[in-house]
Amino acid sequence: MPAVSLTVNGKAVNATVEPRTLLVQLLRETLRLTGTHVGCDTSQCGCCVVHVDGKAIKSCTMLAMQADGTTVLTIEGLADGEQLHPMQEAFRENHGLQCGFCTPGMIMTAVDMVNRLGHTLEEHTIREELEGNICRCTGYHNIVKSIAAGARSMGSGGPAQQAAE
Amino acid sequence: MSATGIGAAVRRKEDFRFITGKGQYTDDIDRPGQSHIHFLRSPHAHAKIKAIDAKAAAAMQGVLAVLAGADLAADKIGGLICGWMIHSKDGSPMKMAPHPAIAHDKACFVGDPVAVVIAETLEAARDAAEKVQVDYEVLPAVADPATAQAKDAIQIHEVAPRNTIYQWHLGDAKAVDQAFKSAAHVTSLEFVNNRLVPNAMEPRAAIGDYDTGTSSFTLWNTTQNPHVARLVISAFIGMAPEHKLRVIAPDVGGGFGSKIFIYPEEVVCLWAAKKVGRPVKWVSERSEAFLADAHGRDHVTHAEMALDAGGKIAAIRVKTIANIGAYMSTFSSSVPTYLYATLLSGQYDIPHIYCEVDAVYTNTAPVDAYRGAGRPEATFVVERLIEVSARELAIAPAELRRKNFIDKFPHQTPVIMNYDAGGYDASLEKALELADVKNFAKRKRESERHGKLRGLGFSAYIEACGIAPSQAVGSLGCGVGLWESAEVRVNPTGSVEVLTGCHSHGQGHETTFAQLVSERLGIPIENVSVVHGDTDKVQFGMGTYGSRSGAVGMSAISKALDKVEAKAKKVASHLLEAADADIVFKDGRFTVAGTDKSAAWGDVTLNAYIAHKFVGAELEPGLKEGAFYDPTNFTFPAGCHICEVEIDPDTGLTRIASWVAVDDFGVIVNPMIVEGQVHGGIAQGVGQALLEGAVYDGDGQLVTGSLMDYTMPRADNLPSFIVGTTVTKCPSNPLGIKGCGEAGAIAAPAAVVNAITDAIGSEDIAMPATSQVVWAAIRKANAARAAK
Repeated sequence: MPAVSLTVNGKAVNATVEPRTLLVQLLRETLRLTGTHVGCDTSQCGCCVVHVDGKAIKSCTMLAMQADGTTVLTIEGLADGEQLHPMQEAFRENHGLQCGFCTPGMIMTAVDMVNRLGHTLEEHTIREELEGNICRCTGYHNIVKSIAAGARSMGSGGPAQQAAE
Repeated sequence: MSATGIGAAVRRKEDFRFITGKGQYTDDIDRPGQSHIHFLRSPHAHAKIKAIDAKAAAAMQGVLAVLAGADLAADKIGGLICGWMIHSKDGSPMKMAPHPAIAHDKACFVGDPVAVVIAETLEAARDAAEKVQVDYEVLPAVADPATAQAKDAIQIHEVAPRNTIYQWHLGDAKAVDQAFKSAAHVTSLEFVNNRLVPNAMEPRAAIGDYDTGTSSFTLWNTTQNPHVARLVISAFIGMAPEHKLRVIAPDVGGGFGSKIFIYPEEVVCLWAAKKVGRPVKWVSERSEAFLADAHGRDHVTHAEMALDAGGKIAAIRVKTIANIGAYMSTFSSSVPTYLYATLLSGQYDIPHIYCEVDAVYTNTAPVDAYRGAGRPEATFVVERLIEVSARELAIAPAELRRKNFIDKFPHQTPVIMNYDAGGYDASLEKALELADVKNFAKRKRESERHGKLRGLGFSAYIEACGIAPSQAVGSLGCGVGLWESAEVRVNPTGSVEVLTGCHSHGQGHETTFAQLVSERLGIPIENVSVVHGDTDKVQFGMGTYGSRSGAVGMSAISKALDKVEAKAKKVASHLLEAADADIVFKDGRFTVAGTDKSAAWGDVTLNAYIAHKFVGAELEPGLKEGAFYDPTNFTFPAGCHICEVEIDPDTGLTRIASWVAVDDFGVIVNPMIVEGQVHGGIAQGVGQALLEGAVYDGDGQLVTGSLMDYTMPRADNLPSFIVGTTVTKCPSNPLGIKGCGEAGAIAAPAAVVNAITDAIGSEDIAMPATSQVVWAAIRKANAARAAK
């Protein structure tokens, strides 16, 4: 079986995988990083979003072998110990989650959104950018609020954000 | 109000684990030695299973077993059941067909399991499943409920001629007919309440485990009601005695009703675990969920409203065909009957109502409760009828509603329900103000200047929640009681564990239930934990659905807290050397009335356990109390939603320009969480109105079988919502709570369709009102106008 080497949440990882193994399977099943979720089989729901080399990707749509040599950040690696990332804090403060299943993907997408588009995000921009993330609980209202607030607070450069970058 | 008590927008205690990826959903659990199961499902909607050849599959590497319906039958594993008996108008009982967990003689819908493969890995199980040869004899299928009762339709189950499960009715047909005869105006509507797929973001999952040492089973399962699952799997399916089966519902990622039911997969995982001597894990794929989760709604309805010359409603008459699918799911029979027709009075004083419901089998996935369950369908009937009546009579829709509102309570409707409290005018007035309806005409003109159509839609809904008074539902055929249980365990150091029979799958019980305890005992909310979802830890309870956890579950906690307080006062009286009648408990301190002698909560709880200050024979040591709360009535949340849409007539694209919701939920424990529930409900209701629709073709193939074909609401389909409340306290429970979980989904579809039809000037709109549907309706209406 092929071997892959990558960095996940700051740690070097070596694993052997089947050619058909998906990145999300490597994360969840081999590394037991179960914060990244699988909500569909057609790459629509966004529950599995992680960062690969600093960009948000759906880890159900990437083979583990394609991630060889990359740096992966999952929801488990976003906080600095007990110190939450500002986007995580914003989701908690603004009730941006209910059942929590889509939340890791939402937060990873939101951080990527801020990295690409800056700290002042209009409501319509956030809504359009969430095309690839489905939530069934919140009606998105508080997710949109959370992301706008998290973006602002990432801009103010809290310690958690510096650590995560 | 304390900072963490009732009424405070406390940030959720459960969030830390979810935002850091530390939630523990069923799929996050792996058991030592675990094997994986794949369900081979029928690709045909209706087919005899003539033979299954599993030899090649069984011989493949890593395969532990290939099992079929015959094996299940040989082991005498019972079939799945529906737990609510409905009788037809002729008195005959509903026709419940056998529902084996793995189809034996024939498959009755696309997705019906016909065999399972258990293997070392999921990949091996899937690979082997491709080698299982099933010899099918394909039969004709019926998928459309409107034609299921036709003479020439194929009969799916031997027990149900004409595929008819029951022909039920409610109300006084003669009085209604009389009222229609003498009515000044009659409004008639025909519509389909479209079939929906619940699609909680976490797909269903199950892990079955069997311990040969203790001959006991454990099931980890995505369920909203672990004790009910244990009861059914034990008493009806006969897997194991109840005390030898533990059901654990860990973090569950949304339910919306679809995780109430007892499904084939959990039964098979338990059975297979004993058979192969290994834990057996199943996680549904999304496409599998589309096929095998219970769907919602799917009514074909003819509805009429009779009004007198002054615009007073005289009667409503409704005839509905309800699609139950291929088998009767756990509570399927109750949804189109007692959860539907009993709400046809809406918020209005209507003297006569008559409703007939035919429930039919079709070769489609089972249909059961989905957020609102019967009440969205009822609200759609009533709120479409009154809106169309208003247009036909040229009375303002708000005015016609006002004219007919119930304004005296209690109010007995002609369809069983006794409304205990409400203030319908207040929620309408507040909604009109928040939606700035007085300037709507201005906004409409502005839209027209840009070539757009603008419409306004109301939905003044009511629901029966706080499900439910046990004796009442028992008299209507329900097989269980619908009370709730609680146990409050106070530790020696004063911290508290609340064990509840409710189950949280997004509702935030760990926070709201702790708020009640914090308020009542005057202790920090951090010192309270809420335990749920494990039959080995928690006493029997009925779970979470029907907006019941606040009204019923928290009432049980409140009762247990009464007992804790009474006992703690006795302990305090010994500690403070006073009569227990003289002990006052306030803000977490016990004081001897009229003195400065007092003891803190922690001193008393410690003394309850060390028991040095009292004689154990007179006062039992310890501080732990339980309670069961059975409601005396349903609760009746109600409110008014106003939806404003803007439509591009060239494309038919409907944009929701604004949404106002004013709800009366009685006492609100956590306004932040309640608003979140409203938002989510509206989104699901808008989904039904604009985007979602499960479609089977004539052969019973599910055309909308994945998230690529079935449109879930995305963030850019929705606006930010304006949410307000009015309050009339619920008089029937100690906390005054009515419940909030389903309101949005109940109110929304009618509001959207009323807004679209207002904008385009035609009532001829089917849900989901996709761009294509709206565009076609506009063209049809324009052509009709031109012809005139």
